[in-house]
Amino acid sequence: MIETGDEVEVRKGDRVYRGIVMPRHIFSDKNMLVIKLPSGYNMALDRRKCEIKILKKGGTRKKQVKPVEFDDSKPIVALLGTGGTIASYVDYKSGAVHPAATAEELTFAVPEIFQICNVEADVLSQKLSENITPADWQRMARRAKKYLNDGKPVIIAHGTDTMAYSAAALSFMFRKLPSSIIFVGSQRSSDRPSSDAFVNLMAAVRVALADMAEVAVVMHESISSSRVAIHRGTKVRKMHSSRRDAFVSINAPPIGYVKGEKVVLEGEHKRRSGGKAVLKAGLEKEVALVYYYPGMGRDEFEAMVNGKKGVVIAGTGLGHVGEHLIPEIRKLTRSGIPVVMTTQCLWGSVNLNVYSTGRKLLRAGVISGYDMLPEVAWIKLMWVMANESNVEEAMITNIAGEISERREIGDFVK
Amino acid sequence: MGIDYEKLGFRAGLEIHQQLDTSKLFCSCPSVLTDECTATFERTLRPTASEMGEVDRAAREEAKRGRKFIYLASSSSCLVEADEEPPHEVNREALETALIVALMMNAEIMDEIHFMRKIVIDGSNTTGFQRTALIAMNGEVDGIPIESICLEEDAARKVGEEKNVVKYALDRLGIPLVEIATAPEIKSPKHAREIAEKIGLLLRATKRVKRGIGTIRQDVNVSIRRGNRVEIKGVQELNDIPLILENEVKRQLELIEVAERLKGKEEEIKKAKVMDVGDVFKNTECRFIKKVIEKGGTVMGIKLPGFAGLIGGVKYKEHRLGREFAMHAKKMGGGIMHSDELPAYGISNEEVGKVRKMLKCGMEDAFVISASSKEIARKCLLAVKERAMQAVNGVPREVRRALQDGFTEYMRPMPGAARMYPETDVPPIRIRERELKKLMKMLPEHPEEKMARIASQYRISREDAKQIVYSGRDDEFEMLASKYAGHSKVVARILLHILPEIRREGYGEVGMEKIDEILHGLSRNYFAKEAVEKLMHHMAKNPSATLEEAMKKCGVRAMDEEEVRKEVRKIIEDRREFIMERKMNALSPLMGVAMKSLRGKADGGMVSRILKEELQKFLEVN
Repeated sequence: MIETGDEVEVRKGDRVYRGIVMPRHIFSDKNMLVIKLPSGYNMALDRRKCEIKILKKGGTRKKQVKPVEFDDSKPIVALLGTGGTIASYVDYKSGAVHPAATAEELTFAVPEIFQICNVEADVLSQKLSENITPADWQRMARRAKKYLNDGKPVIIAHGTDTMAYSAAALSFMFRKLPSSIIFVGSQRSSDRPSSDAFVNLMAAVRVALADMAEVAVVMHESISSSRVAIHRGTKVRKMHSSRRDAFVSINAPPIGYVKGEKVVLEGEHKRRSGGKAVLKAGLEKEVALVYYYPGMGRDEFEAMVNGKKGVVIAGTGLGHVGEHLIPEIRKLTRSGIPVVMTTQCLWGSVNLNVYSTGRKLLRAGVISGYDMLPEVAWIKLMWVMANESNVEEAMITNIAGEISERREIGDFVK
Repeated sequence: MGIDYEKLGFRAGLEIHQQLDTSKLFCSCPSVLTDECTATFERTLRPTASEMGEVDRAAREEAKRGRKFIYLASSSSCLVEADEEPPHEVNREALETALIVALMMNAEIMDEIHFMRKIVIDGSNTTGFQRTALIAMNGEVDGIPIESICLEEDAARKVGEEKNVVKYALDRLGIPLVEIATAPEIKSPKHAREIAEKIGLLLRATKRVKRGIGTIRQDVNVSIRRGNRVEIKGVQELNDIPLILENEVKRQLELIEVAERLKGKEEEIKKAKVMDVGDVFKNTECRFIKKVIEKGGTVMGIKLPGFAGLIGGVKYKEHRLGREFAMHAKKMGGGIMHSDELPAYGISNEEVGKVRKMLKCGMEDAFVISASSKEIARKCLLAVKERAMQAVNGVPREVRRALQDGFTEYMRPMPGAARMYPETDVPPIRIRERELKKLMKMLPEHPEEKMARIASQYRISREDAKQIVYSGRDDEFEMLASKYAGHSKVVARILLHILPEIRREGYGEVGMEKIDEILHGLSRNYFAKEAVEKLMHHMAKNPSATLEEAMKKCGVRAMDEEEVRKEVRKIIEDRREFIMERKMNALSPLMGVAMKSLRGKADGGMVSRILKEELQKFLEVN
């Protein structure tokens, strides 16, 4: 049986090629044999048209792992891996990208990190971030608590797709933090020389070690690699599918930035303190997030909220839905199901006093989500319903920096 | 004295990179170079280690330099070039062109095309790698095997460099290139030029490649017995190839000679230490060193055991080892001076002696000094030491850059195969038989066949036919030569001699319509073929002039009144019956007939006047 990594000789017509068998690309034709030639190029041959001879079985190659020495003079940072490609390295033979599972493997990816701290690497999961669930947030939080209570700030390496969701969730769950939980990711995987992973990760370490105790996302500020922004976990959103500077603080300025070795904390932030972390990880998972669109029918709306114990609506403009849905909403609130209104505009606040539809929604019992991002309000409602007695009161109270009272002219990216 | 290349074991191969005339390879940006700049951004690149902890040699050396890159974006680049968006699907037109080239070279085309990432971290690719795919192997051009035909992205265009910052324009990044690599079976520098020319001709025959300066680049690799394989990048002109190869052979001979004389010195060289010799130059007359010391810098030195006389050149002074040392030092941001060239530059004999003493140099030893900040000078001399160690083994395998004067300079070590891994963002492309069959039917005529056919079909000389094909004017020639049968030699003369002459004189291009008009005039015998050149020049200088005006201005003789009268009389005589029937009413139809034969030769007003006079005369008589 021919396996990936085997050295083979392939005879096609009167030609003979030698190379190493490579894994097949998912879109590759099923009859293709892909071999890496001595030149480094991959070559695909139709198996049916050639004769293949194994010269040497590939077997598994042993990794060369250099032990990392613990340095007493440096602080310790916990690095939790959840998946994603921030701390990974490439197998040039197969092209596969492997995550760094231990501190030793991290040295392959980001050796510089050990110049400023000791790293306790801990792989929590191997998930693409689109597969992460609220249950994973709870696991992340519990593991983070363990390290925080040991006096180690936590960095969570996370896939970027849902990183902002996880950051928001942990922001609500931790009612007290002795030091920071820093989420970090990369928009270009770390197997590429141009990866933003190294700059982001190094910045994350510096922020984790700074005098701050917040849940934050640390990612490129612009497409240049000179500055990295520190975003509050409840205000940050991925606003671009591919750019390095995809993460943006919305309706609030970022907490600060990192430039080279310097961490600048300009915005409001809690300082580090002694003491233990207070974690309330409970979540009410039956909460719907409904994105309103023109012409959404009553039955559609009903189907989306059916069986839910709480509802967050991403409404239009200042926080509206078609008036025909108001009776449905009233039905929900009357039966004790909280309904929170946010805006699809993302930028700016909900205000239900301005137009008649807004006023009617208020009368129907809708709770204003102010300038909370729809998904942040959704996570908050899940958390509030599991941890607070007065849901409405809690939803309109700023718990973790999720509601800003004022928005300055500069707080808008066009 | 000529060099016997065969005796030296000369082996050379070519790598030809040709830009294709289509939009970019992985996005829809135009492949147009521009000086505009709409945005800039800044990056660094770093080598990424493999699972085995391996970092490519070339990548590691580049990383040591720790450079910063500034990129200039424009309307010829988008998020893809900025490495802010994944590549789009491959440009089908570019792929098709690569396949056509492969078919023309009789190469074996891959069943499936896989793009790879080739690590290049000198900043010329924002991604840190170049996307490249093997399209075909085992072709042939003029008896030389073609090892591979690849389709790849062109690199960004370097527009500036200052200390540790390199500026690149993104306009060129991503332009599709076809790369043709020959086997190292080229026999001599002259032969290399011939093969490069043949390959270029074949590429241009597709009519799908870009033309002009910078659109085709030649790399040559060369080795001689006891030397080593050296790759020389970026030879711009075909004519430079022989000289560059000859120089490289001499350079290798020089290095082999140096190695011969360094036998047994390896251990001693390894022990050499960089020392601060700044004290020697406290009161120096050397203005450069004086300035460095004033600015807080110093002079560092290193002894090179056994190198006395070897740095300044042994066999070929112009290929001296000192040049290599200097380039390695330059990469680290500084310069050097060595004992073979000193005293000079204001450095006294006494100072040289003191340095020798400080570094404990014996008669056979040389030294190298570098004046700069302590850190940079140190880095420079360590780079020199590393190069000096290589000198023991003769010629290092490396990549060099071709310079304008036929010389080359060190660029980087030869990269290994470790630097390639799959580009997973681009799906593999299945190449089907029927697609290739379709392309087979579209293959352009082979240039050699085309030359032969053009020569015999249009009865022009082989040399002219060759020139027409080489210059890429073959389509224009065939169009005009078949329209004006019998004037093909004139057409050839226009395209091969008159137009280039006009261009040399700095006038604008004479368009095809104008050339067509002139040939029309010629075919109608308005003027003799001798007048063509004069008319062409006039029309180049006066772009708005009509042919008639040009003829008048050039004194290309139009018919005079007598000749016109003669022609008109003939027309009238020939239509005697018709005129008898229509009387003066025949004037208008006759005018049509007259103008048909006299247009361009005579003024219409004059024709009309003469026709009226002659018609009246005729009717009076008859």
